[in-house]
Amino acid sequence: MISAHGLARTFSTKTGPVAAVKGVDFEVAEGEIVGLLGPNGAGKTTTLRMLTTLLTPTSGTATVAGADLITQSREVRRRIGYVAQIGATPAPGTILGEELVTQARLQGMSKVEASARLVEMLPRLDLSGFEKRALSEMSGGQRRRFDIALGLMHNPKLVFLDEPTTGLDPQSRANLWDHIRALRDEHSVTIVLTTHYLEEADVLADRLLVMDGGAIVADDTPDALKARVCPATSSASASTATWRSPRPSPAKRCSRAPASSKAVDWCSPSNAATPPFLHCCAPSMPQGCRSARCRSTGRRSTTCS
Amino acid sequence: MLTETWVVFARQMKQQLRNPVWVFFGLTQPILYLVLFGPLLKNISGGGFNGKNSWNVFVPGLLLQLAIFGAGFAGFGIIQELREGVVDRQRVTPAHRSSLILGRTLTNVVTIGVQAVLLTLVALPFGTRPALVGSIIAIVVIAVLSLGMAAASYTMGLILKDEDSFAPMVQGVSLPLLLLSGVLLPMAAAPGWLRHISQANPLSYVIDAVRSLFVGDLSSTTVVKGAVIGLAVTVLLGWWATRRFQRDSA
Ligand SMILES: Nc1ncnc2c1ncn2[C@@H]1O[C@H](COP(=O)(O)OP(=O)(O)OP(=O)(O)O)[C@@H](O)[C@H]1O
Ligand SMILES: [Mg+2]
Repeated sequence: MISAHGLARTFSTKTGPVAAVKGVDFEVAEGEIVGLLGPNGAGKTTTLRMLTTLLTPTSGTATVAGADLITQSREVRRRIGYVAQIGATPAPGTILGEELVTQARLQGMSKVEASARLVEMLPRLDLSGFEKRALSEMSGGQRRRFDIALGLMHNPKLVFLDEPTTGLDPQSRANLWDHIRALRDEHSVTIVLTTHYLEEADVLADRLLVMDGGAIVADDTPDALKARVCPATSSASASTATWRSPRPSPAKRCSRAPASSKAVDWCSPSNAATPPFLHCCAPSMPQGCRSARCRSTGRRSTTCS
Repeated sequence: MLTETWVVFARQMKQQLRNPVWVFFGLTQPILYLVLFGPLLKNISGGGFNGKNSWNVFVPGLLLQLAIFGAGFAGFGIIQELREGVVDRQRVTPAHRSSLILGRTLTNVVTIGVQAVLLTLVALPFGTRPALVGSIIAIVVIAVLSLGMAAASYTMGLILKDEDSFAPMVQGVSLPLLLLSGVLLPMAAAPGWLRHISQANPLSYVIDAVRSLFVGDLSSTTVVKGAVIGLAVTVLLGWWATRRFQRDSA
């Protein structure tokens, strides 16, 4: 579905050039759900914007949905759907249903097809009854679901989702996860999504591309990555272990925990061979444990009886 | 391509009509010019320009001014659309880039057209005596010109991406264009150096043509020259805008 070779983009800014993406190579197979994971500024959005023809790569080539990204960009656009990272509040006077139909029509659907598709899409994204509502009068999460509907109106075979679940409540997030999985399982749609949430990457993605500083630093299945990040955990707890991505985890530095025989480090330092910002953390408080503040450092640690 | 243009046009038009403030000021603005500025001019010129009816000179100028400011500030809206992600989500469809820009500019053309007709009608009781066919053609010429200028304004919006730099930019460009075209007062009154500068301004020729058309002079070289120059400006600006819309948004 996607085959990228040395895709790079440098922005020229007032303070000099910024190499946002530094020549990435990767493949995405048909029917795969691939997660792009990485901290702020890693280059995830820039990569997506290049693959969706919105940004011209400084160098490199790619084939997207069977068409060449540079020479057949119109063909690429016809075949893909794109949901951008969250944007500004829409102008008053933008009506949800109208906007979805407009989008579908620009994608080449007829008026009748677009209206039929609208009826189909609204319940899927929990937007029933919102058809006539102004976007400026909807909540952030409701608008996010509208954004996602926009990208899916024309039944694309390949969908790019930039942080699709940011701003959604747990219920909507779970619904969206189901919807994304159903897209793949029932309609064999290929999906590339970015996320900051490891649990989301874990639940959804078949494969993860971990980005940092404009490069892909790991390309593996979630389980294999987890095994690398949390080598000490037993296989049983590995499946429940969650990861932390924000770089300096305050608890992580609580190394001088009270000398209790059964003290559990809330987070252990990451393995040197793993992406630098992934840390292994205990999933939740184990049974029979209690949290306490370390006297020496003032930080929290957990003791178990 | 026609469908796409229509879809974009319909979207923009609906949004505009849903904004009551915009509709109100859009319609009253031309009338304000007539009522508050027109009488002054009449007294200054002693009731006429070289024996001509001063309203017949003044009203065509106002028509062009409507086009310059109306089209000039068109790009304001696209800055907000850029932030909302509307521009990107339209750009990621297979729709032609020229349709995305044309659909938007046509909204402005229709607006300016309606304002121009309204202004001409309101000007009648003041003593304006336009020729029917001529003034219709004059409004068409103005509409064509505003097509190109609105396209250029959208493009400036895309380039500057920020209202705070866009507004002074538009003011800075449109005001000299306006003053140097003899829109408010005919350039015949200008000293030699000013008249020379004004000859380099394509709008000078358009306003001459519009004034001739307005009084029913349909076939003079002034009219042909002005119409051709107006069309050329539009084609040039439209071409530039489409090219720019094709490029990425960085
Ligand atoms: N239009 C631009 N002009 C200049 N620099 C840019 C531009 N867009 C992105 N960058 C820079 O490129 C780098 C990568 O940005 P990008 O938006 O791809 O990150 P990201 O991984 O999507 O981050 P986030 O998780 O915050 O969304 C950043 O350092 C950013 O400052
Ligand atoms: Mg991003």
